[in-house]
Amino acid sequence: MDSVDFTWLIGGPQGSGVESGANVFSKVCAELGYQVFGKREFHSNIKGEHSYFTVRISDKPIHSNLNDVTLMISFDAETIFRHYSEVNSGGAIIYDSDLQNITTESVHTLDNFFKKRLHDELESKNKPFTIEGVLELAKEKGIRLYPVSFKSILASLAEETENPRLKGLVRMYNVIGVSLSLGLIRMPPDSLLKSIDSIFSKKPQIAEINKQAANYSYNFATSKFTDFDLTLPGIEKQPNTILVQGHQGTSIGKIVSGCRFQSYYPITPASDESVFLESNEILEVQDDRPGSTAVIQTEDEISAIGMMIGSSLTGTRSSTSTSGPGFALMTEAIGWAGMNEVPIVLTLYQRSGPSTGLPTRHGQDDLTFAVAGSFGDFPKIVYASGDIEESFYDTGRCFNYADVYQVPVIHMMDKFLSSSVVTCKRFDPEKITINRGKLLDKVEGEYKRFAFSEDGISPRSRLGLDNGVFWNTGDESDEYGHITEDPQMRIKMMDKRMSRLDLIQKQIPESDQVVSYGIHDYTIISWGSTKGPILDALDMLKQDGIEIGFVQIKLIHPFPSKIVKPLIKNTKVIIDIESNHSGQLGKIFKQNVTREIDYFILKYTGRGMTSTEIYESLKKIIDNKANRREVLEHGA
Amino acid sequence: MALKLADYKTTVHNDWCPGCGDFGIVNALQMALAEMGIERDKAAIFSGIGCSGKTSHFINTYGIHTLHGRVLTFAQGGKLANPELTVVAVGGDGDGLGIGAGHFVAAGRRNIDMTYIIFDNGVYGLTKGQASPTLKLGEKTKSLPSPNTNYNVNPIGLAVASGFTFVARAYSYDVRHLKDLIVKAVKHKGLSFLDVLQPCPTYNDINTRDWYAGADLAKEAADRHSRIYKLEDTHFDPVVHYADQSEVDEKLAQALIKSLEWGNKIPTGIFYKNDLISPFTERLTDKIPNYLENPPAKQNISKNGKPTTVVSQLLDSLQV
Repeated sequence: MDSVDFTWLIGGPQGSGVESGANVFSKVCAELGYQVFGKREFHSNIKGEHSYFTVRISDKPIHSNLNDVTLMISFDAETIFRHYSEVNSGGAIIYDSDLQNITTESVHTLDNFFKKRLHDELESKNKPFTIEGVLELAKEKGIRLYPVSFKSILASLAEETENPRLKGLVRMYNVIGVSLSLGLIRMPPDSLLKSIDSIFSKKPQIAEINKQAANYSYNFATSKFTDFDLTLPGIEKQPNTILVQGHQGTSIGKIVSGCRFQSYYPITPASDESVFLESNEILEVQDDRPGSTAVIQTEDEISAIGMMIGSSLTGTRSSTSTSGPGFALMTEAIGWAGMNEVPIVLTLYQRSGPSTGLPTRHGQDDLTFAVAGSFGDFPKIVYASGDIEESFYDTGRCFNYADVYQVPVIHMMDKFLSSSVVTCKRFDPEKITINRGKLLDKVEGEYKRFAFSEDGISPRSRLGLDNGVFWNTGDESDEYGHITEDPQMRIKMMDKRMSRLDLIQKQIPESDQVVSYGIHDYTIISWGSTKGPILDALDMLKQDGIEIGFVQIKLIHPFPSKIVKPLIKNTKVIIDIESNHSGQLGKIFKQNVTREIDYFILKYTGRGMTSTEIYESLKKIIDNKANRREVLEHGA
Repeated sequence: MALKLADYKTTVHNDWCPGCGDFGIVNALQMALAEMGIERDKAAIFSGIGCSGKTSHFINTYGIHTLHGRVLTFAQGGKLANPELTVVAVGGDGDGLGIGAGHFVAAGRRNIDMTYIIFDNGVYGLTKGQASPTLKLGEKTKSLPSPNTNYNVNPIGLAVASGFTFVARAYSYDVRHLKDLIVKAVKHKGLSFLDVLQPCPTYNDINTRDWYAGADLAKEAADRHSRIYKLEDTHFDPVVHYADQSEVDEKLAQALIKSLEWGNKIPTGIFYKNDLISPFTERLTDKIPNYLENPPAKQNISKNGKPTTVVSQLLDSLQV
């Protein structure tokens, strides 16, 4: 049997149910045993601008999107204009036939930059600037077209169910679209109906109407669309599989790790995590009364980090989640936490900067800033997760690092991860350990919060602990935490704090610092969410008989030079892959490993990398046809 | 063993200028803690940056000297995670009403059960006397190159407008009165604000100790009277007695009008007190019923190094 590799795209104006349609579709595919990789793209806008969701499914593990789309479903004109060219030959477009005559000019949300490119293309092929025009191009490319009048579907449905209200229910276009898609590829509809029930569990009447629409559309497709040769009836389910949203790795990770305080200020794409924590604020605890997470929405990010530090001083595992602009506001307080050896975990969901940049788009632009992140010299950890599954376990690690080394930990995530929906192995809380380091439960005798010790880490009291009184200050301090400007004490205290950087590198297991997926003549270094598309691209290269190495660096600061240097010693060509303009990891690598990057594969359109484009760039490099900087462009 | 005043003092050298109004505040705070008998390890003093920021080092309880303008954020986090703590935040008027004004307003809206004391002297002392938010428009203290070009903030007015439920003013040279107000502020269930007029002998040559004492008001010593008077010596009733909007509105308006009184007569004492607004911690218990018995700082999160939080239901809901 041929292996399954199918990509579905749904698009529409924001607020029209694109996301919920895609979530249902992903769920159906996952329940039928397929591996799922879904990704959402959206504008900084509430209603009206174009958003779309691609869902790639396969019978083998997948970690990324491809460039090509197999089936596109569209109930608005903009989706067709923007995405028709992504559908591959042999693929299909199901579209609303009532859109046939719509012109590019009448779609107000089509921006002029895009319109110009589209017009040039249509003009060169002698096609009108209409839906009909682009669909002719699609047809010529070998794409099957399935026109369906969504309006007539509603009308027939209204008639059949004797419910005239249904006629105007355009809100159901997403359900109709999903059902038509499933019908086309002959996916059993059972789990679709189940999903509808669970989405509308509190509104049984609405669930019923949606199910009627789903059944009707599904049957419509199976009876009318008979010439599409791809069918996806389902495969054997992998046990212990979950379908997880991007932010759920870190949020469930925080719950399991015992984070009991999260303060935050709303920002895309970080706030989903905090909202999830608040939605699940009451916690079941083994052999104990219920626990809870206090999730506090603050007046700004400065307050968010201040509150988190205040909470951490009570011995509570505390955290915040933010994106670049919020992180910038937090940096002064990160230094305070560093100075006072306060364990905090800051989850940094990066997006495209600088400034507001592309506020709802992806970027890995904040690495060097996170490493620098506040004035003065102090120890901190910058740790990067490569995918959602990893981010669950890494969250546990980050809290341990913070507690054990008494330093701020910045956990690097990004928008690519946060707006993905993927299947992965069910998270295993048993694999998370909790190590509170030198946190004290009781204090006897005289206590000095910053007492000098052999390993440079002092036993840590907490606000409210009997006999554990201490002082903190952002000023340099003595062992009690009182201000001092004595030069000798300054040296001792600076050395005490900074000595942790060595300790961190020595004590954290090597496999948690750096992950090697093989070393070859050509070896990639990268960090964070590029991991998925890189792994898939390497698989594609393997099929061509090409082996390329890959080193994923998770501990970015302090940089694990002692591990990386020997690892890549025999590699002839180093390729740095990142979603930013300057190759930020490459700079850090060069500084620490004292070796030049030979090639960069970079992307800064705000859209995540696909495995297709990484594959193509790597091939160019191997064929010696690449520029030193390969800049990727795919994605609407 | 009963705690004495001396138990609340540290041996840290105090480097405030001779005659500084801050001394009265730190003394009053220590006296208040002693009077209430709050255990040293159950109180936390959070401070901002500036001369007043050093306060936490002089008091022998948990002392957290934070960042400029951010003291309320740290203090609120500490109190929310461990509501058993008695939390007092202190800072200058520049700290709280300039750089930290946003936090001041937001804290009022939350009404977390703690106390905030502003050391109000009209100047940024530690940076050599620039104009701070409470200095009046057109005034020129001695190190200003030219008269102040900004209108002043009204701390009492801002506090009542922001939702603080206990709003008072004190004068740092009337230590006993200040101590009494601190005790009342700490005992109040909700966010208390205390605006303490505190002459800066080095940089504010307008609102001096003599000025507050009314030395300029009459030629003859016998005719002089202090500008400072106490609201409790008048018929002023700051308390919201019943949960009726018109009663609340009236008490808020009255506090605001009173807060505008300045010049030859300066009121001190309680301007506004409303016990009928729920403190934030109580609002949390609406969502998390056992929050106060089992707050974040008291929760057990692990056993033998393993997590004890059960997430199987959450994961079941994601399982396909």
